Amino acid sequence: MQAVKYARASSVEEAINLLREGGDTARPLAGGTDVIVQARERTRDISLFVDIKHIPELIGIEHSADGLTIGAATPCYQIYGDEQIQSDYPILVDSCSLIGGTAIQGRASLGGNLCNSSPAADGIPSLIVLEAQVEIAGPNGRRTVAVEDFCTAPGRNVLAAGEFVTKLSFPKPAGGSGARFLRFIPRNEMDIAVTNAATQLRLNGDGSVAWARVSIGAVAPTPLLVADAAAALVGQPLSEQTIAAAADASRAAANPITDMRGSIRQRVHLAGVLTERTIRQAAERAA
Amino acid sequence: MASEHVVVNCTINGENQVFLANERDSLLEALRDRIGLTGVKEGCNNGNCGACCVNMDGRIVNSCLVMAAECEGAEIRTVEGLADGDQLSPLQNAFLEQAALQCGICTPGFLVAAEALLEQNPDPSEHEIRYWLAGNLCRCTGYDKIIKAVQQAAGQSVV
Repeated sequence: MQAVKYARASSVEEAINLLREGGDTARPLAGGTDVIVQARERTRDISLFVDIKHIPELIGIEHSADGLTIGAATPCYQIYGDEQIQSDYPILVDSCSLIGGTAIQGRASLGGNLCNSSPAADGIPSLIVLEAQVEIAGPNGRRTVAVEDFCTAPGRNVLAAGEFVTKLSFPKPAGGSGARFLRFIPRNEMDIAVTNAATQLRLNGDGSVAWARVSIGAVAPTPLLVADAAAALVGQPLSEQTIAAAADASRAAANPITDMRGSIRQRVHLAGVLTERTIRQAAERAA
Repeated sequence: MASEHVVVNCTINGENQVFLANERDSLLEALRDRIGLTGVKEGCNNGNCGACCVNMDGRIVNSCLVMAAECEGAEIRTVEGLADGDQLSPLQNAFLEQAALQCGICTPGFLVAAEALLEQNPDPSEHEIRYWLAGNLCRCTGYDKIIKAVQQAAGQSVV
């Protein structure tokens, strides 16, 4: 382990100050399931952990008439254990129960999953289709970024020096909405996605698609919002043809690499398959 | 920058503990090297294998992915806290009766993880047991004997 120091912040202002004093090699610490490994294996130069999970606004789940707010450091098990999330945002249960195993879910957070900015992150496609807004605090104040604009490259994102994510906010899904996240891995659990995908859609009374968002992961340097896949669905009845057209759009958007987990050909194929399945299963949840 | 020592106050297996850790120590290193609780094992040291699994504030965690300094005020339970003196817990006895271990390196992690499962779900299905324990790896048993031991400890009939 690097000679890393530890400081616990009790407020956003204190965390901002600690991160400023710590300089370039200070890192926020929430669940630590990525950043502690990076410090130990020296894949990042880290001299100070600023523990942000004892800041009240960074932990917890708040439901309101407008939607949902999740503190950035809230561990996965609290998210999938929340009854209202289970009923209103089941796609977050899909994602949070697939991030690592039980012991990882006891610590890992959606904010951390986002800030780690892996192309294969299992939280991010779901955040994208739910239209999450990312609240950021830093030395120059607070700002909000749409989640699809957050990641910029593998392991990189829009956070400037000293900034950290405080909250994720989600609009309330309109009536008739449904959303689903799926991941392909060679075993049943505890693995990193070969490809993943999420769809949220809203159905009109006549069964046609009023609104849709589709996102695919592990097929590009960042998780992708596939606008063409949604465009293939919106205004159309949900038919074999429109679903196939959306899957085509995901295959066209996919720009993966070949690595130990899968080949380009397999990942492009999976982007189509998972798009199709998440559309069908999102529609089942919408019904 | 040199790391400094940090004093940590916490509860370990029901007893108040004050220990001195290096600021860079993981909870795993503190438990083994500072406190002498060597039941907790180091396997992969990166969160994949579950050998270092302990219970922290009612949830299982990989102690290699927790900084010792984070444990101020925490309640930690390790495999050493399962038995009552010389009396093994029902889960530990079930592991012996089902031969759910060979080399034993993974066993403390499996015991702590399975104990936490049975606390919150006293009658789990086979699927729930396998899913809960997916973060604990074992190269000896092929898992079936571990699943059966957990089923036995849950009072289920084991074939």
